[in-house]
Amino acid sequence: MKQLSPSRKKLANNAVTYGIVVAAYLIIQVLNAGGMVSPSIQGQLVPICAYITMAISLNLVVGFSGELSLGHAGFMSVGAFSGVVVSLSLQEAIPSGPVRLAVAMLVGAVLAGLAGFIVGVPVLRLQGDYLAIVTLAFGEIIKNIINILYVGIDETGLRFSITNEAALGLAAGGRAILKGPMGVTTNVKLSSFTAGFILVLIALTVVLNLVNSRAGRAVMALRDNRIAAESVGIQVTKYKLMAFVTSAVLAGAAGALYAMNYSSLAAKKFDFNTSILVLVFVVLGGLGNIRGSIVAAAFLTVLPEFLRKLNLDQYRMLVYAIVLILVMLATNNETSRIFFASLRSKFLGLFKRKGGAR
Amino acid sequence: MAKQFEKPKMVPVPSHSIVPERDLGKLPVLECQHLGIDFGGLTAVNEFNITVGPSEIAGLIGPNGAGKTTVFNLLTKVYQPTRGTILLNGKDTHGMSTAQVNQAGIARTFQNIRLFNNLSVEDNVKIGLHNQIRYPMWDGILRLPKYWKQEKLAHESALELLSIFGMQDLAGHQAGSLPYGAQRRLEIVRALATNPSLLLLDEPAAGMNPSETAELMENIVKIRDTFHIAIMLIEHDMSLVMGICEGICVLNFGQIIAKGTAEEIQANPKVIEAYLGSQKKGGAKK
Amino acid sequence: MSLLNSLINGISLGSVYAIIALGYTMVYGIAKMLNFAHGDVIMVGAYICFFATQNFGLHPIVGALLAMVVCTVLGITIERLAYKPLRQAPSLAVLITAIGVSYFLQNSALLLWKSDPKVFPQFFAFPNANGELQESFSLFGGELTITYVAVFTVLMCVVIMVALTLFTSKTKMGKAMRACSEDKAAAQLMGIDVNFTISMTFAIGSALAAVAGLLLCSSYRTLMPTTGSLPGIKAFTAAVFGGIGSIPGAFLGGILLGVIEIFAKVLNTNISDAVVFAVLIVVLLVKPTGLLGKTIREKV
Repeated sequence: MKQLSPSRKKLANNAVTYGIVVAAYLIIQVLNAGGMVSPSIQGQLVPICAYITMAISLNLVVGFSGELSLGHAGFMSVGAFSGVVVSLSLQEAIPSGPVRLAVAMLVGAVLAGLAGFIVGVPVLRLQGDYLAIVTLAFGEIIKNIINILYVGIDETGLRFSITNEAALGLAAGGRAILKGPMGVTTNVKLSSFTAGFILVLIALTVVLNLVNSRAGRAVMALRDNRIAAESVGIQVTKYKLMAFVTSAVLAGAAGALYAMNYSSLAAKKFDFNTSILVLVFVVLGGLGNIRGSIVAAAFLTVLPEFLRKLNLDQYRMLVYAIVLILVMLATNNETSRIFFASLRSKFLGLFKRKGGAR
Repeated sequence: MAKQFEKPKMVPVPSHSIVPERDLGKLPVLECQHLGIDFGGLTAVNEFNITVGPSEIAGLIGPNGAGKTTVFNLLTKVYQPTRGTILLNGKDTHGMSTAQVNQAGIARTFQNIRLFNNLSVEDNVKIGLHNQIRYPMWDGILRLPKYWKQEKLAHESALELLSIFGMQDLAGHQAGSLPYGAQRRLEIVRALATNPSLLLLDEPAAGMNPSETAELMENIVKIRDTFHIAIMLIEHDMSLVMGICEGICVLNFGQIIAKGTAEEIQANPKVIEAYLGSQKKGGAKK
Repeated sequence: MSLLNSLINGISLGSVYAIIALGYTMVYGIAKMLNFAHGDVIMVGAYICFFATQNFGLHPIVGALLAMVVCTVLGITIERLAYKPLRQAPSLAVLITAIGVSYFLQNSALLLWKSDPKVFPQFFAFPNANGELQESFSLFGGELTITYVAVFTVLMCVVIMVALTLFTSKTKMGKAMRACSEDKAAAQLMGIDVNFTISMTFAIGSALAAVAGLLLCSSYRTLMPTTGSLPGIKAFTAAVFGGIGSIPGAFLGGILLGVIEIFAKVLNTNISDAVVFAVLIVVLLVKPTGLLGKTIREKV
């Protein structure tokens, strides 16, 4: 019979994850102070934090709740654009950059959570393939809507339109923030690596604590055996929605952080391809493995830079696709699973023998 | 063999319900009136009328395909009935979902074991305790004091429940890696954790040898005596059914063909002829 | 008249969706999986035909046949390498793998054939009375213009539908396919070679995908590595709309969806995609089994 790690070991495991994140942050800050971090890596720090948060939040839905969500980028998008609108609108009201960033991220998170709720209520009644396709559909719908949306601000407040900029009817002294397909072009960059680090810590805390609690057990029970979970009184929609909305909230915050790192941003950045990219992070890191998501997201976000230097960047997506297929085959096919398990025991056996011989 | 496929003549159903003497005068835990379900053109269950006393051990028997598990699925709202009423402790369960009807007091085990295989034995029981030991989601995320208090309580309650079958040492083991008999027992513990008034056991002795079956019989009676609940079980092992069931209901082709005590059922010629065959399994009743 | 024009365009587009949807629905019926890569097989078919006719100067019909052969082989290869090992795996894993295959095809095409849009040749132009090549003909004294492509597309769709219905109901292989989609284990016990049957299903679906690619690119003449992706998803919508696993359902769903999309485009070009997806969402919520599908109860 297989013995699982008692709760103390699990606590230690989670502490290691926190430790890795904190250590990485400190190391990079030290290197940065010493001027040893290249500009290209510096530019990647905020996106890495955003993608790590995206991966952690998607893992909550795909890994712990067992539902394939293909529209995750849609929530990132909602958070991104609402965050930018908020931050540009409050430029006079809140002069402090970091505070405005925090407010923007908070608003982005809340609105993304609302979107998550609106999408989740109908979607989570479906199962499997249908659920996946509908999340994809919603992701595309969100992208479409933001693409035709115009938002401006003047002394009367926020103004919206879905036709064109002129239809906003801005008074003198007002300006357009979101311009339909052109997106945002006049953003003020407020994001910082420290803000990203804090976001990652929050995401980590929320997800790890949720999973190791009563609600988390319910979510995993529904994943493992929905009928049995219902038979012990666990309401399906309530808990699946809980996981889905929490994930959307974190994605929204990540989106806001990401958006405030660029002076211009369009809706088509957050499309199906972005959703798939984050899915690759989660699958590669391991479904249900938060530390894996962090490592995979960080690694795969900096990888393009290195590949570009080696002139191999064009093969990147192809390699991702192949790796995705291989990982799925390796982890789900009995023959390959036994093959890798035997490889692993042979590998570990090598070490044991060496120790014994001495 | 061929006799099993003949459509039986209907045995007159007794007008009174089979309820143990000690439960007379108390509100029955379960009352089904004219319960039935159709799947398209097929009537799977029809005119299912039964009353179960609040501390009764009731048996539901019949050949394969008679509709026994379908009845369980109706009671637990896996299927919504086409017609009829189900009263649980006097309350109509019409329109309830599976989760709601469990919160109202029915718990069950499954013919094909349905455990949360990737989780530990203790976690399986804790999930059963989901609605008994609660705290809000935020307390869990922020690790407020209520989280620690309730989690400790859940841990202790889980171990206490596991000790019914002496399984407390297996708490850390992965549920899917347990031997078959232990998995069946874990499913019963998980169902008990939901604090039901009525426990439905679907073939609890399947795959057990005679000594395990005897132990199970003792445990079922012990559970009934300790928790003061009613138990209804589906079984093919006649020694178990005749041994511990006080009221037995015989089902065939979705209809009740006989109801009574073990002696009455055993003596009923039509039942013997159609379902028990010429050999009585299991020997004399206890 | 413009209404009638839109209707005809809608039916023509819908016919393409119907042909693609057939591939989805047949594979879903038999393998219980959503072949995400189906849309990209369409793209491969179109590219093969393009290069065959443009670079090698082959006759369009030869090009079409070549595309069908290549796609058939591609479909069978994908099934054997990526899907067969995962027959017992949870559907999440299969879906992720299918997404991986789809991405693989798209990015391979990107590397091989570059991202610049190719203009698909016009095969459906025929000389009129003056000897000039004409793409369409008119009715009602010039009020209604119908392209030859549209006529051919709808005809092709009807022919395929009839052929497939006859195939599945009358032939032995067709019956084997229906048996496998009901119960693989039982079919195997009856002596049906399940692996061969499944491969055959993918083969037929992929061959149809090649045809669909041709027809799609003949109507909407730009061809890029991403051309197949969106129509693929929309065709899946159509298959679900009509009832997954049902051949007449794929037909009905496809035609209806094409008409809905064209009319939505007339209202506002930018949100026509969103409308199509909204249809999918509404259908799945109101009648998850689709217009012609049947409810399957889970055995507990």
